[in-house]
Amino acid sequence: MTLLARVPANPAPVAPLRRGRYPLLPYLLLLPGAAWLLVFFGLPLVQLAATSLYDPAGSLATGYAMTWAVDNYPAALQAYWPQFSRSFLYAGIATVLALLMGYPLAYAIALKAGRWKNLLLVCVIAPMFTSFLVRTLAWKTILSDNGWLVGLLRDVHLLDADGRLLATPVAVVLGLTYNFLPFLVLPLYASLERLDYRLLEAASDLYASPVGAFRRVTLPLSMPGLIAGTLLFFIPASGDYINAELLGTPNEYMIGNVIDSAFLVRLDYPQGAALSFLLMAAVLAVVFVYLRRAGTEEVL
Amino acid sequence: MRTPLRPSHPLSRRGLLSGALSSAALLAGGGVLAGCGTKGAQQTETGCVSEDLSGTEKVLNFSNWPQYMDVDEADESKRPTLDAFQSSTGIKVTYTEDVNDNNEFFGKVQNQLAGCQATGRDIMVLTDWMAARMIRLGWVQKLDPAKIPNVQANLLPSLRNRSFDPENRIAIPWQSGLAGLAYNGKVAKEIRTVDELLTRPDLKGKVTALSEMRDTMGLLLQSNGHDPANFTAAQFDDALAKLKRAVDSGQIRRFTGNDYAPELAKGDIAACVAWSGDVIQLSAEDDKIQFVTPDSGVMLYSDNMLVPNKATHKGNAEALMNYYFEPKVAAQLAAYVNYICPVQGAKAEMEKIDPELAANPLIFPDEAMLSKSKVFMALTEEQERSYESKFQQVIGA
Repeated sequence: MTLLARVPANPAPVAPLRRGRYPLLPYLLLLPGAAWLLVFFGLPLVQLAATSLYDPAGSLATGYAMTWAVDNYPAALQAYWPQFSRSFLYAGIATVLALLMGYPLAYAIALKAGRWKNLLLVCVIAPMFTSFLVRTLAWKTILSDNGWLVGLLRDVHLLDADGRLLATPVAVVLGLTYNFLPFLVLPLYASLERLDYRLLEAASDLYASPVGAFRRVTLPLSMPGLIAGTLLFFIPASGDYINAELLGTPNEYMIGNVIDSAFLVRLDYPQGAALSFLLMAAVLAVVFVYLRRAGTEEVL
Repeated sequence: MRTPLRPSHPLSRRGLLSGALSSAALLAGGGVLAGCGTKGAQQTETGCVSEDLSGTEKVLNFSNWPQYMDVDEADESKRPTLDAFQSSTGIKVTYTEDVNDNNEFFGKVQNQLAGCQATGRDIMVLTDWMAARMIRLGWVQKLDPAKIPNVQANLLPSLRNRSFDPENRIAIPWQSGLAGLAYNGKVAKEIRTVDELLTRPDLKGKVTALSEMRDTMGLLLQSNGHDPANFTAAQFDDALAKLKRAVDSGQIRRFTGNDYAPELAKGDIAACVAWSGDVIQLSAEDDKIQFVTPDSGVMLYSDNMLVPNKATHKGNAEALMNYYFEPKVAAQLAAYVNYICPVQGAKAEMEKIDPELAANPLIFPDEAMLSKSKVFMALTEEQERSYESKFQQVIGA
């Protein structure tokens, strides 16, 4: 969501080659998308920003006065920082887990799968054909206290006799990992698929070990996909509330659950709006730091 | 050697930064434009006048919860009681099952009702506390008592003169239910009290409570010996502290809506705060699952028919309400939906249909059951926000 915000604000530079013939064409092409973004993203965002500054003493019945109540932000953060930090912790762990699973998967599909490539790709995408909610509910059945998985883990003593998976942080992180995995695998696959295999041959001709070739050729060349994938994974995961709601307990609730409750249950619109903006700001901050540390200018 | 393709518009740190900054500037500018705040959503009877076209238009738009209307077992598209109403009155009813959650439905109609606009619905069915909120906001129409004589005559005494509708002429109960306890005998021994639910060690981590504040807190208030129909803020805080101890100790696994039902059936949940209607359906399939009414008391709630502002068929709506308060019709409906029937006299009719159901105190509560059940008190907007916030803090959101 935050990544899209730049589109209307910063018209992308166009190739200068044929500028003389249709000077307005790029802007015309931009128009439908930009209008869409402005109406359905820009304006609601402005409305939300205004809401976050309304007088918190207002109510639905009496209306809200605009008092530029900047205090809504620190107040919201103070009340809900545990859920905030939990969101980033869970999303972070899930990203690492997804990377550990997703990189080998994308690598295998892109470079080793041969004629099975398309089938495997469909397998990655197929779960997305059903609703997010249904997939998460299916995990409830898999992780159920009396299900085969928990039974197995108890038998091999990885879990206590009355241990459980459902309604624990483990379940929430597993759910996040599973639900957003395709967002990580697909960009990685796209960038690994472009990898020129001859570079790896050259590396081994020059006495690089397979590990060395991976580290010095494959990994750097897949970096754009890796960064795009982890971002596409991390951003929705940190704002998610379905997994915590269905697979967790109140002690696992993330910031998305709090925003949901502020808007729909408690009807505290200024606080809900302030929390939404804090989430956006925090995600942006994480993305900045990450891009800086990852040391690359290009992502997509 | 092929150079890797270089995308023409890379997303860069700098691009992201400038994008973010210009969006922020846009927002600040827009904030000034939107800086005037919002108007109050409160409506008055004189400020928002609705017209009744029932005399000329024989139609009715009825929004209800799923599985809340009797259907013909042979043909699911037929609804016997509703079809009989249509053929006897000539009123064509458009029946929509689009109420799944009170809060969600509120979000759906909020903008129209706040602006005194039509929602396209003539009857909507909402739970007590949401009905109370709608009444408080002035978003629903008063009915004419003369046009609903059956309601006046047959409404169950314990559902009369409720604090949010003292004259019984705004919110007419569709079905009622109890919030009490339930347990699955396959994984837990019988449970009798709320305190057992919150502290018994063998249930640890296998207990859920309802995220509906009034039901969970009402039971807790009663377990402390307080009256949910009339309590003080200090008593509420006491009960909440008790709940918090159970959350912190890990006794309570999570807070649920209707979704506790499949988990209770599977045994992931050993015992929980539950609604009677759900549990009757579960125990019909598995008699190990039992509903328990603790001696300290249970909560009685209703889902109520309301006519929203700007609904243009109030007269037709009143005709339907009156029809469903005929004991015979009410018994037919209750035989299918298995909730508490709010209509006096329906029990005698039910004995003709199914004597076993007529004897079930969770459908036709006896005196003993009714004396144990309480309706949560109506809250002012300020109280509602304060209690709901405190409760949400404890349940984790």
